[in-house]
Amino acid sequence: MTASPLVQELVIAAVKVAVIMGALLGVFSLMTWIERRVLAFMQFRLGPNRTGPFGILQPIADGIKLFFKEEVMPAAANKWAFLAAPVVAVGTSFLAVAVLPYGPPFTLPRLAFLPTWLWPEWLWGRSVQLQIATIDVGLLFIFAIAALGVYGVVLAGWAANNKYSLIGGLRSSAQMFSYELSLGLSFVGVIMLAGSFQINDIVSSQAGRAAGWFLGWNAFVQFPAFLVYFAAATAEVARTPFDLPEGETELVAGFHTEYSSMRFALIQMAEYINMITVAVLATNLFLGGWHSGVPGVPSEGLLGFVFWGGKVALLLFVFIWLRGTLPRFRYDQLMHFGWKVLIPVAAAWILVIASFVTFWAR
Amino acid sequence: MDQVLFYAAAALALVSALVVIGQKNPIYSAFGLIVTLCSLSVIFGLLGSPFIAALQVIVYAGAIMVLFLFVLMLLNVRSEQDAPGRGGRTLGAIAVALVALLVAQAGAVLVRAEPGPAPAFDASTQRMAEILFSPQFLYVFEATSILILAALVGAIALAKKDF
Repeated sequence: MTASPLVQELVIAAVKVAVIMGALLGVFSLMTWIERRVLAFMQFRLGPNRTGPFGILQPIADGIKLFFKEEVMPAAANKWAFLAAPVVAVGTSFLAVAVLPYGPPFTLPRLAFLPTWLWPEWLWGRSVQLQIATIDVGLLFIFAIAALGVYGVVLAGWAANNKYSLIGGLRSSAQMFSYELSLGLSFVGVIMLAGSFQINDIVSSQAGRAAGWFLGWNAFVQFPAFLVYFAAATAEVARTPFDLPEGETELVAGFHTEYSSMRFALIQMAEYINMITVAVLATNLFLGGWHSGVPGVPSEGLLGFVFWGGKVALLLFVFIWLRGTLPRFRYDQLMHFGWKVLIPVAAAWILVIASFVTFWAR
Repeated sequence: MDQVLFYAAAALALVSALVVIGQKNPIYSAFGLIVTLCSLSVIFGLLGSPFIAALQVIVYAGAIMVLFLFVLMLLNVRSEQDAPGRGGRTLGAIAVALVALLVAQAGAVLVRAEPGPAPAFDASTQRMAEILFSPQFLYVFEATSILILAALVGAIALAKKDF
């Protein structure tokens, strides 16, 4: 029995969503543990190592702990906004995830030994890619969703009716819209060279340059844009050295001061998912996606996943590394860096790439 | 499917637009406006222009509304305490009546209009850029950007008295 094409598409889409969501949630919970362990080693501590081998079950213990904690809502809080804020934060972070490609397209194997209800024949030899939605303006979509992601933080800061929350919310909205500009500008050169907004096109455009060597990747060809992207993205996800929205020495915990229990976990989850999104985006836009970067080394199928996953893991490690190394910016330094350094550099780089595309490439 | 989406987005846009003008708390109004802008973006997407849809969210729902909210929160604007006086109520009633009349007229026009086939419509990113940077519109486009720049410089000059 063959299912109709629509049913086939729906089944594949549903499985993709399940796989990507499951993988993201798994990576999120692992990241909370890895981050604490790595940071601890950088500071000559041990970190959480009691729960399970090397403490790997710590995220589960944390989850159980948060689940049984009391949910507190301040009496003066705006009830609906207070409840909506974590939902907005998590919702926007998961929306952005939908248009990213996770690894190369691959062909499903012919697993004839599996029962047909589990692995039907129409799956054999079918080419799929771990990407929920392939849309033409993929990059712009991510940017739009990132722009909406600010509201989760703003709403949380305002709704709690607490001065630390409010200042944290104000700081993060100012920080996010300042750095969104340079984030958007850093994409422009990439888009111009690839001639497309679609992330898959951008990945394949990098593979053809420099005879397939990694020097053709955007991270090397467009080094200034890559630097601007990385700085702006770090600020956008509010990681150290740009974690002023929750600067705990001054603001207790910033915009999520009043959140407890699972709502706190949701906000935390949104932050980690955003961080993963940023790393995946950097891999696809600047680090050649799933391409090996060495001519002759194939990047299809499983090997592509290995390269792609390795690059994402490296970037996630760099985020932790930065947190272990750099002190926090002062607020005026943050604004100065965003408006007077990053934006002019990004704009000048657009001029360079635009003249290259206009006068040499075509 | 498209029609269902269109009516859902249109209804959401109208309801949230009513929230914008009906709420006493300016923060609620701002959030209503954000929802309105996002539903308009859905309609742009349905019209076949994902580029404009994305720009709508990035520029209006994202950048501009964050600034609005930022100012509202910074000044900590409380909701309006006083109910409008008698004169305000009369004016409001007249305004509502006028709007109702307008809606009724628009409805009548819509009911009478023969739904013809939609004209062929290409709003892809490339097509839009070609139109925008064609000799016909290029000068208007550049003039607009100079106007915006002038407004920016003017705003800074007004806000910062001593340089």
